[in-house]
Amino acid sequence: MNVRLISLTLLAFVLNIAIANDEVIPGNAENGRLLWTLETTVKGDVRSCSTCHTADPRQPGKHTRTGKPIKPLSPSINPASLTDLKKINKWFHRNCKWTLGRVCTAQEKADVLAFLRSN
Amino acid sequence: MKTTIFSLAALSLMGILVFGAGIAISDSDRRYYQEDDDDDRWERMMRRSTGVAVKSSPTYKEECGSCHMAYPPGLLPSSSWRRIMGGLADHFGDNAELDEQMTQQISNFLISNAADKSRYRRSRQMTAAIHPSTGLAPMRISENPYFKHEHDEISVRVIKQSGATSLSHCNACHQRAEQGSFNEHEIWIKGLGRWDD
Ligand code: HEC
Ligand code: HEC
Ligand code: HEC
Repeated sequence: MNVRLISLTLLAFVLNIAIANDEVIPGNAENGRLLWTLETTVKGDVRSCSTCHTADPRQPGKHTRTGKPIKPLSPSINPASLTDLKKINKWFHRNCKWTLGRVCTAQEKADVLAFLRSN
Repeated sequence: MKTTIFSLAALSLMGILVFGAGIAISDSDRRYYQEDDDDDRWERMMRRSTGVAVKSSPTYKEECGSCHMAYPPGLLPSSSWRRIMGGLADHFGDNAELDEQMTQQISNFLISNAADKSRYRRSRQMTAAIHPSTGLAPMRISENPYFKHEHDEISVRVIKQSGATSLSHCNACHQRAEQGSFNEHEIWIKGLGRWDD
């Protein structure tokens, strides 16, 4: 009895982790596109993901402050992009906070990834 | 006849020995002095150089070179690097946050190669701005008095022309800035070409 309870709890725990992982949540590319071009005013600045990356993930971007070129995020153009989960998470964390003034939810990240990957 | 041959052989043998030893001595002398000379030259080179030490790492380039060039650590005193690394969430108005372990690793790299740890003249000049009692210096390279003095002739028009959004973007003009080299002959500005003083 106890063993079954423990293994059930363990199973639920593992499933939760799997669900919390961005890669497992099914993303909605259309919602991702909307978030990508959503304009938010932060610290008196109008900001969006496309400010640096452009609205089209197949186009190269440019850092709005420093002017440094950014390679296209679309994996069909730039196969090296979106391949490293640690890197993806690092940039989501920074860029959501800077652009939207808050971190993104797991669903939002999944949506954006679906949008970027469908291009 | 026999004695002549013998003495010739003996002479040449002696010659070889003496000559050989001579070579051996002068060789070790040369090596000895050369080492000295190199040390000296190295020291002079660092003091005369218009650049800073070449220090980088793939990690540093990856983490601090994605939004702008990875600045050579010898361009800022350690107190400035410490402040920069302590405030990555608001990094000159941008967000450059890193996890704790990576922040620590990069801080260590920057601090151990900072301007105040370097003998390069340009690094030493950057440390002149360290406040004697607080130990603080401007956080930006581009706000350091020595830097400002070197760039006071450069107009906003030239900066715009170079394609840089501000003087922070060293490599818009100094073609080998990321390698710590700021030699005047390596300055090339878009729309202006080489810089002639
Ligand atoms: C201020 C400029 C800027 C803004 C705004 C911005 N980004 Fe980025 N982003 C970057 C830079 C620079 C990189 C690093 C590119 C590289 O290393 O090649 C990056 C990388 C990324 C990556 C990682 C790509 C990879 O290959 O792993 C993702 C994902 C990303 N951004 C998503 C977003 C999202 C979502 C938004 C809006 C919420 C956004 N970005 C807004 C500058 C920006
Ligand atoms: C998310 C983008 C981003 C990342 C990542 C980033 N920076 Fe910056 N950095 C900036 C911006 C934007 C500025 C301000 C540029 C300007 O004013 O034109 C800046 C400015 C600087 C300056 C001042 C330049 C000057 O004017 O003298 C230093 C030094 C610097 N960064 C160091 C670092 C270090 C060290 C790291 C790695 C821990 C890092 N940066 C990572 C965006 C970034
Ligand atoms: C818009 C172009 C431009 C930018 C950007 C720029 N510099 Fe310079 N820099 C120059 C010019 C031109 C000179 C030579 C000035 C003179 O001849 O008096 C110079 C001189 C120097 C010198 C002195 C070199 C010597 O020969 O003694 C140093 C060091 C230097 N710059 C460092 C930097 C650093 C570090 C940055 C970035 C934080 C930077 N510069 C950004 C144009 C630029």
